[in-house]
Amino acid sequence: MTHQTQSQHTFDSERVRADFPILGRTARGKRLAYLDSAASTQKPQQVIDAINSFYSESNANVHRGVYELSERSTELYDQARGTIARLINAPDKRQCIFVRNTTEAINLVANSWGRENLKAGDTIVLTMLEHHSNIVPWQVIAQQVGAKIEYVDIDDAGRLRMDQLRELLASGSVKVVATTQVSNTLGTITPLKEITSLAHDAGAIVVADAAQSVPHMQVDVQDLDVDFLAFSGHKMVGPMGIGVLYGKRDLLEAMPPYQTGGSMIREVHLDHTTWADLPEKFEAGTPSVADAVGIAVAADYLSEIGFASIREHEITLTNYALGQLREIPGMTLFGPDGEDRAGVVSFVIDGAHPHDIASILDGEGVAVRAGHHCAQPLMRRLDVTATARASFYIYNTEEDVDQLVSAVETVNSIFGRRAS
Amino acid sequence: MADLYRENILEHYQNPSNFGTIDAPDITYEDTNPLCGDRIRIDLRIADGKIAEIKFSGRGCAISQASASILTELVDGEDLDAVRELSAQDILDELAIPISPARVKCALLGLKVLKAGAYGITDWPETE
Repeated sequence: MTHQTQSQHTFDSERVRADFPILGRTARGKRLAYLDSAASTQKPQQVIDAINSFYSESNANVHRGVYELSERSTELYDQARGTIARLINAPDKRQCIFVRNTTEAINLVANSWGRENLKAGDTIVLTMLEHHSNIVPWQVIAQQVGAKIEYVDIDDAGRLRMDQLRELLASGSVKVVATTQVSNTLGTITPLKEITSLAHDAGAIVVADAAQSVPHMQVDVQDLDVDFLAFSGHKMVGPMGIGVLYGKRDLLEAMPPYQTGGSMIREVHLDHTTWADLPEKFEAGTPSVADAVGIAVAADYLSEIGFASIREHEITLTNYALGQLREIPGMTLFGPDGEDRAGVVSFVIDGAHPHDIASILDGEGVAVRAGHHCAQPLMRRLDVTATARASFYIYNTEEDVDQLVSAVETVNSIFGRRAS
Repeated sequence: MADLYRENILEHYQNPSNFGTIDAPDITYEDTNPLCGDRIRIDLRIADGKIAEIKFSGRGCAISQASASILTELVDGEDLDAVRELSAQDILDELAIPISPARVKCALLGLKVLKAGAYGITDWPETE
């Protein structure tokens, strides 16, 4: 792949598509328009080959062996961590912990940092945009220590009510603000840098759910000054089963382990154990080395295209989709219009349930998500039970959008004309 | 997909039979499909071991609502012991549309609610 030859802010999406073997198949006998990358992205041949090649040529357990294969495996695992650190501009690769996914990363912070630092009377601030993965772990720890949870609401456009955040922080009891950087349902890009600055002024730390941002835009943890940041490999053209938790070094070093057992120890005695240094302290058990290699290749793949180009491509497609969908009778679109919106389009149509929309779209080869998007509090806030959601990525084209729009028109021809 | 949304399904969805609630029902039960949030409540009035009146209410997709509507027509006036024997396949046969695995629970939510309310059977009806 030689995307560098393209001009700075464009790339050839047809050429990108050619890297993704699954996009060549059909769905229900039609051309596949895969518009569910917010749930999980497809994988380029480069990532598939890297995993295959790890198991064919380098597989052995890490850290333990002195033999050549184990050294090779350990080296690849360390290199992968270095690649991930560069991706998010972490000051030190030891601040990047490999976990299974964003959910596990947030559970790690809530349980380890939370148990050590939260007490009765403290406040945890979440937002109405959160995925269940950034709500439930906090509810559980809040219940255990007697802390309180408050939510920052959204305005009618789906943007965070920053006035509410300021008000909550002014109470002086807020110890942590856990927020998404990009809403998986509305596409809202939250002002994370501003949130971090406000939270720090009030003595609170910030935990960012970056599952929907790291794959789509340049994320610089030092510039954001965020305390913890979590993301998943499978949403950034990498494998399932690997994710990353970035944390500030002093915080990570002061935290107790989350899971315990092998790999994370310095010395084990009959009655006590001392912990390994970062990052091993938080990586109990045999890690998924092949998936770490896979996520690193995915990071390189995206970096080579360039995040400015990726973002611009997604803005173009999103605006192209919004422009056409807006014209469809009975259509309600959610999410902000403007610079602070990622490539996610949630919608409902009068008279047609989102699951029926998704079934009809499926029949036309269009893969979208329908449901509550693991954001039930947000669904209630929007006063809907579910939405249909199309999400765009590097391999999507205007042809995918046209196929979506045409399929949505089919929904209306089945349901719309009959609606009384 | 036109197959899934045949005229009779859309007719039951947009003009459902026995839609509503019963004042002081002998049996009332409500459940949701956690996957998609479809919600159905069924109220029953029982007389002489038979379903003397049945009403359903709720909201959800066309498949779940049409299926519940068809179910109420099927069991209205029937003997409770006979209704107990109603299987998942009976409902799918009655719908007469190709239901994909992802949508089976939509189609069976009404039957699940009826059986949970009438017989305390809370498991999803089994499909072959």
